[in-house]
Amino acid sequence: MNKAIITILGADRVGIIAAVSTYLAKVNVNILDINQTIMEDLFTMVTMVDINEASKPFDEIYNDLNALGSELGVVIQIQKTEIFQSMHKI
Amino acid sequence: MLISVDEIRQTIHMIQSEHLDIRTVTMGISLLDCIRSDFESTKKAVYDKICKSAERLVPECEAIERELGIPIVNKRISITPAAIICGGATPKQCAELAVTLEKAAQTVGVNFIGGYSALVHKGFTEADKALIASIPEALAATSRVCSSVNVATTKAGINMNAVKEIGLLIKRAAELTRDSGGSACARFVVFANAPEDNPFMAGAFHGVGEPERVINVGVSGPGVVKCAIEKVRGEDFTVLAETIKKTAFKITRMGQLVAKEASRRLGVEFGIVDLSLAPTPAVGDSVARIIEEMGISSCGGPGTTAALALLNDAVKKGGVMASSHVGGLSGAFIPVSEDEGMISAVRAGSLSLEKLEAMTCVCSVGLDMIAVPGSTDAATISAIIADEISIGVINNKTTAVRIIPAPGKVEGDTVEFGGLLGEAPVMSVRKADSSLFIDRGGRIPAPIHSLRN
Repeated sequence: MNKAIITILGADRVGIIAAVSTYLAKVNVNILDINQTIMEDLFTMVTMVDINEASKPFDEIYNDLNALGSELGVVIQIQKTEIFQSMHKI
Repeated sequence: MLISVDEIRQTIHMIQSEHLDIRTVTMGISLLDCIRSDFESTKKAVYDKICKSAERLVPECEAIERELGIPIVNKRISITPAAIICGGATPKQCAELAVTLEKAAQTVGVNFIGGYSALVHKGFTEADKALIASIPEALAATSRVCSSVNVATTKAGINMNAVKEIGLLIKRAAELTRDSGGSACARFVVFANAPEDNPFMAGAFHGVGEPERVINVGVSGPGVVKCAIEKVRGEDFTVLAETIKKTAFKITRMGQLVAKEASRRLGVEFGIVDLSLAPTPAVGDSVARIIEEMGISSCGGPGTTAALALLNDAVKKGGVMASSHVGGLSGAFIPVSEDEGMISAVRAGSLSLEKLEAMTCVCSVGLDMIAVPGSTDAATISAIIADEISIGVINNKTTAVRIIPAPGKVEGDTVEFGGLLGEAPVMSVRKADSSLFIDRGGRIPAPIHSLRN
């Protein structure tokens, strides 16, 4: 498994999760876990995915998700999990 | 998820809203094997070695930025103190080497290259003299080269001949770069007890005890620390210190991660993570504002030294657990021009040169990015340097001075250096004549407690 975290932040609207999961399915990225809340119209979603079998290289997915975020009016970022593990575990 | 969602959100918030970033990834490169029998060949060997060693530094750091989601603000290079490879060279030739370093920096795409330096704490070699004589011209002819001179160590005492020489050097460098507010002085540092592995500019150099190449990382997190302590407003000092410590742990862990990644991808040994809390002029990225958040209405007012002592110590305690190798300066930075809160405090009149000097007793770096009136004479500058250097020598720590006598400016003016160097308020200097003191020359002997054997 090659895990990464996708975070989505922005104004809530219909279709955000649908658009992102459709894209991930298209590039063969498997969703492992989703955590999502809407706090007073602010949509935040944190997803753990497996990019091991992805049909595109990391950099391309990075750019695609950035662009998708702009289309949807939210900020989408993908990053590998190391930073979170290193900062929060002894 | 094994990582909690809260931790993920916290990390993202630190990066996106609290200015958490990697301030610099600095590759140290040894140039000891570039010494040739003729200077032209030495210059070529230096250029080739830097370009070959650091070829992938910028692209790999950019890849790490993208994949790990960590901003890496600067990629830099430090070299063997240049005087060591300038044996037999004239000052003019040394200045040519500076231009070579500049070209190499441009080729590989780093924004600063540090190490146009000499270590003269016990005395000068001929090469040291040539290099030091060339520093004003070398800095005026370049924009990425950074220079430093180590004039004292706790074991050697203080080379007061060098201190006197450097007052004059700084005045000349300011004059040569008058049009940019004396900006050459912003790329020159005088040290006591200079570290061999400091990744920050302008004092970075690759010490002779270091290996062929090394990766050193400096993190920046004043904004993160400030946000963390906002949540413990009113709590006692134990809670405050603990909060800073835990925050420093997280910040430093990010530096450790990037350092290990950069080391792995570049095939270069990991050196150290420098724990320093390094501010920028951006709002929300200030060490002075941390002091104020701790409960002092304006940085520089009574209590500032105590606050800084607590901060510096807590940062070290938290950071040291987070990294396998800690080094460089590793303390809180208090650069006047590079900290929005510092600039504000100077303008408000609560922060003076004397208070800054007191603050340097409890943190690292020293008198950093201090603009003083252009009329300040060389002897006064030397005397300010002597003061700061003494603090380092007696307390067995690194101290440094980066001072700019801004041509044509008086107290209360603002100097614009441009680019990465920003701007600085011109501070006042006490009126007294120190020229008879500086003119004595010679060496101040090492303090008794340097005899530790």
